[in-house]
Amino acid sequence: MAISLNWVNDYVPIKDIDPASLASKITAAGINVEKVSSNNIQNLVIGHVLECEMHPDSDHLHVCKVDVGKEVLQIVCGASNVRADLKVIVALPGAILPGDFEIKQSKIRGVESNGMICALFELGLEEKTEETYNKGITELSNDAPVGEDALEYLGYNDTLYELDLNPNRTDCNNHLPFAYEVAAVLGRNVVMPDVGYKETNENVADLVSLDVKTENVSMYNLMIAKDVKIKESPDFIKHRLEVAGVRSINNVVDISNYVMLEYGQPLHFFDKDVVGDKIVVRMAKKGEKIVTLDKEERDLSEDDILITDGDTPLCVAGVMGGLNSGITENTKNILIESAIFNPYNIRYTSIRLGLRSEASLRLEKPLSYEFCELAIKRACHLLEKYADAKIVKGVVTYDKVDKKEKKVSVREEEINTILGIEFAKEDVERILTNLGFPYTFEKDKYIVTIPNRRQDIYPQKEDIIEEIGRIYGYDNIKPTLPLIRTKKGEYRDNVKLRKIVSKKLRSLGFHEIRTYTLTSEEESQKFNYHFGPTIKLLRPMLKEKSCIRQSLIPALLNVAEYNKGKKNNDVFLYEIANVYAEDGDNYQEWTHLGFLMSGEYLNNTWNSLNYKVDFYLMKGMVESILDYLGLNGRYTLFLSDNLPKEIHPKINSEIKVDGKEVGYFGKLHPNVTKKDMYVCEIDLSELITHKSSDVKYQELNKYPKIEKDVAFVVNKDIPSSDILKEIKKSGGKLLTDIKIFDIYTGDKIAEDKKSIAYNLTFEDNTRTLTEEEVMALFNKIILSVEEKFKASIRDK
Amino acid sequence: MYNDKIKEIENELKTVFEGIKTLNDLENLKVLFMGKNGKITLVNSLIKDVPNEEKKEFGMKVNELKNTFNTNYEKIKEELENAEINAKLNKEAIDVTLPGVKLETGSAHPIERIIESLESLLMSMGYDVVEGPEVEKDLYNFELLNLPKGHPARDAQDTFYIKGEEYLLRSQTSPVQVREMLAGKGEEPIRIICPGKTYRRDEDDATHSHEFTQMEGLLVDKDITLGDLKGTFEEIAKMLFGKSRETRFRPSYYPFTEPSVEMDISCFNCNGKGCNICKGTGWITVGGAGMVNPIVLRNCGYDPDRWNGFAFGFGIERLAMLKYGINDIRTFYVNHDIRMLKEFDRREY
Repeated sequence: MAISLNWVNDYVPIKDIDPASLASKITAAGINVEKVSSNNIQNLVIGHVLECEMHPDSDHLHVCKVDVGKEVLQIVCGASNVRADLKVIVALPGAILPGDFEIKQSKIRGVESNGMICALFELGLEEKTEETYNKGITELSNDAPVGEDALEYLGYNDTLYELDLNPNRTDCNNHLPFAYEVAAVLGRNVVMPDVGYKETNENVADLVSLDVKTENVSMYNLMIAKDVKIKESPDFIKHRLEVAGVRSINNVVDISNYVMLEYGQPLHFFDKDVVGDKIVVRMAKKGEKIVTLDKEERDLSEDDILITDGDTPLCVAGVMGGLNSGITENTKNILIESAIFNPYNIRYTSIRLGLRSEASLRLEKPLSYEFCELAIKRACHLLEKYADAKIVKGVVTYDKVDKKEKKVSVREEEINTILGIEFAKEDVERILTNLGFPYTFEKDKYIVTIPNRRQDIYPQKEDIIEEIGRIYGYDNIKPTLPLIRTKKGEYRDNVKLRKIVSKKLRSLGFHEIRTYTLTSEEESQKFNYHFGPTIKLLRPMLKEKSCIRQSLIPALLNVAEYNKGKKNNDVFLYEIANVYAEDGDNYQEWTHLGFLMSGEYLNNTWNSLNYKVDFYLMKGMVESILDYLGLNGRYTLFLSDNLPKEIHPKINSEIKVDGKEVGYFGKLHPNVTKKDMYVCEIDLSELITHKSSDVKYQELNKYPKIEKDVAFVVNKDIPSSDILKEIKKSGGKLLTDIKIFDIYTGDKIAEDKKSIAYNLTFEDNTRTLTEEEVMALFNKIILSVEEKFKASIRDK
Repeated sequence: MYNDKIKEIENELKTVFEGIKTLNDLENLKVLFMGKNGKITLVNSLIKDVPNEEKKEFGMKVNELKNTFNTNYEKIKEELENAEINAKLNKEAIDVTLPGVKLETGSAHPIERIIESLESLLMSMGYDVVEGPEVEKDLYNFELLNLPKGHPARDAQDTFYIKGEEYLLRSQTSPVQVREMLAGKGEEPIRIICPGKTYRRDEDDATHSHEFTQMEGLLVDKDITLGDLKGTFEEIAKMLFGKSRETRFRPSYYPFTEPSVEMDISCFNCNGKGCNICKGTGWITVGGAGMVNPIVLRNCGYDPDRWNGFAFGFGIERLAMLKYGINDIRTFYVNHDIRMLKEFDRREY
């Protein structure tokens, strides 16, 4: 699909404009020219064959002397129709023919040849068929000027624009609407195509009746062209259709396409003698069927618009004709349809039947009734001219179009304010004139009439201002910044928490990943921690992406496994993303943090500075994050049996903040992976409801502190947190810090025992403590731990 | 006679420091001259026998001896100490070419990097960062944005619907704007950006992803112009792609803005001459924008006669692909290789 500048030139003169600069002008106005190409071929001239002899070493080659204007060249030619005194197309050395075929000086069976005499199909200007091949080289008329550019002489040199249009301006894929845009940017006038023809004495209303029984048709016109002669189309029509990517069939069919590519109004031609004298347009009935042009039987639905002869379906409106009602080689009389249907029906039907065509694509958009009326007459004009048709007088019309003109009033200053440009009055008036928008000026405002061909314009002032702006050129808009109240922007709601947590994790060495929200049904059930009902898509594209996830762990695990496979052994990953579940008729949303670690945290082998990831590192990470959020003292971490089955039952911890569950962490169960991997998932939406207090400076203790060390030997199954609690209790408030500095199990103590060594710090911020009172406290602690846990003191 | 003694020591001091090789020798020498029975100490004790009128001169001479000794002593001491430290340092030599002990931090995902830089610029210009749900109502994702049911533009945004077609996975972040306007009740000026995940029914390939990230901005206030939008875009373009970037607007179409524009930057690779990144045009499209369509303002409770504004949107993956030279959009979502992520653990300044 491309726009031919030769064709556009029929409506607005552009031969004097450089195609590339026109392309950038029209692109700046919003009609995006994606590619400019030319079908012109350099070094292609008209030649005159002066002599033609048989090749001495061949029974079909000829050796010709050809006058190409500046010189006479010897060229070897294989065509049977080459002969002296013929005017031909000569590709000189240097010419590049389609398929990157470069013409060079050469020797053909020992005879020098300085070019090639061509056929149109060799130049890509005609389809290569047996027929065109057998015709041989193209014979030009005797008055062809020797030495001149051959394509220009033939009218085949053309520049083509490939367009990438905004969805509201697809009308510009048609030459007349496109010409209006060219006229607007160049300030020139559009000359409308000739729609004149002679009429017969008959009246079309006597030959066909029309009954439209659906509101989904706003205009339906019928005309009749009689006694048509089906033949090949004239060259210019064939060539122009080819440029547009439409195959030439015969003169009649080509004319319907040609008119569509002019106005953007699809036409449908019926064989009048097959159709009869009655057209009824109605919605299809449920269960109704039609065999279309392509011999397929189609099931129709109640949303399809159907053209019938009163009984039999003739055509699925706007989408495809029926098998027997169309134009054939034997057609004599044509019934021409030019109609506007409800675009939604056309779109629905064409998508449902998988039959989207150039016609249906156009009918899916709102169409101009003016063009609808003109197009049918234009077709009659062309049928009379190129198919010897006789046009029956009159038009049978069904017309429910609201023809009230759309008018918009816009004040001068509004144009300036919205665009940020100071327009002179002449500028605005010139642009409206160039656009072809009729207007009047009253007091301080323009009353602009929107032409019917511009169905894309919504009657509001902003639409008119956009039209003025785009023709004036957005490049002329000066960049400014809004003159509004100064304020500082902020992260709202849980965005702020997300950013804080994200930065903390990065500082701890975790890499952020982003993975897909959509997952398979199977994966969506893994790591189920307080899941709600899973949300399933109505029409998923793939089974693997049919459900919305509720846990971030499966994706983290996949990325970790991928990295292990790549021998990236030390893996520290996190993701923060939203998860969703059904909640009755509504949906619930949570923001989750998930992180995973595996391998070695510190990894510096040559000086054995290594720390292999373990439960305590994971626990420390969780504590770091919660402490960073100011939640120190408000959270508890405890072994839980309420966790997903994918988590190790003995190496895990649930997390509660202010007594409320916010997540968990732990080692992955060996059923999930054989590798040592630790994961954590925290619900940030819950966490944010536990606000931390503001940071306040606390004066540091200036009195000296006293430290004492002690190691207790206790039964292995006693949790260290129980001992810690006891030490704290008996230590009282002078005991300000407790550190565990050694854990020992082994042959120096009994097999069922472990030794835990503590470093205790005593201080008072009002005075210096004495050694005696600290020793008394220390002994009290030892005594209570010994008593409570049957502990003994190691190395004492 | 004491003069001879002084002379004798004087001469001795001229040579005695030669040959001192260790601090120990030096200390012995000090004892020899300055100790309790040292030569200079002993000479000094002769003062009691010196006639009164010569005492002053004698004293000066002895002091001179002391000074000469001390000056030499300090000098030699420093030299010897330095030599000793140097010897120690030499012994401490290590192989400095062995690798360092690195404590590495983690990295922001490339998408997050782009979002954060946009956020920091736009927050400084007064925009709040706001998020909204990804499971969204059709009403907010389409209807109120001038995309009624059956609108052909819904075609291009083929959408993941959930149950009864009332809910969907949002196809754009625009519904956050709708929510913000509805919350503003037609009275509050609005300045927000809303980065977030969006979803479309696209087959995943090098340039398409069924999940992707958008960041839209919305400003609703009084007397806002298309020029203001251009100026704002220029700030963004220069921040992301360098001060020498030029910007241009091309007319475009979005149902929710009028006028609508495509936002282009001059190609950072060829500076506008034309190359394969800009497909020979010298320009690269980086986003879409426009003045908020009065229909949308009205739908969301803002009176278009009192309020106007602009909205803009960027595809973050596209920005990241351009900025970092990434050719496949799946790089952002599938199989994150740690080595790739680590490349983003640094800052440009």
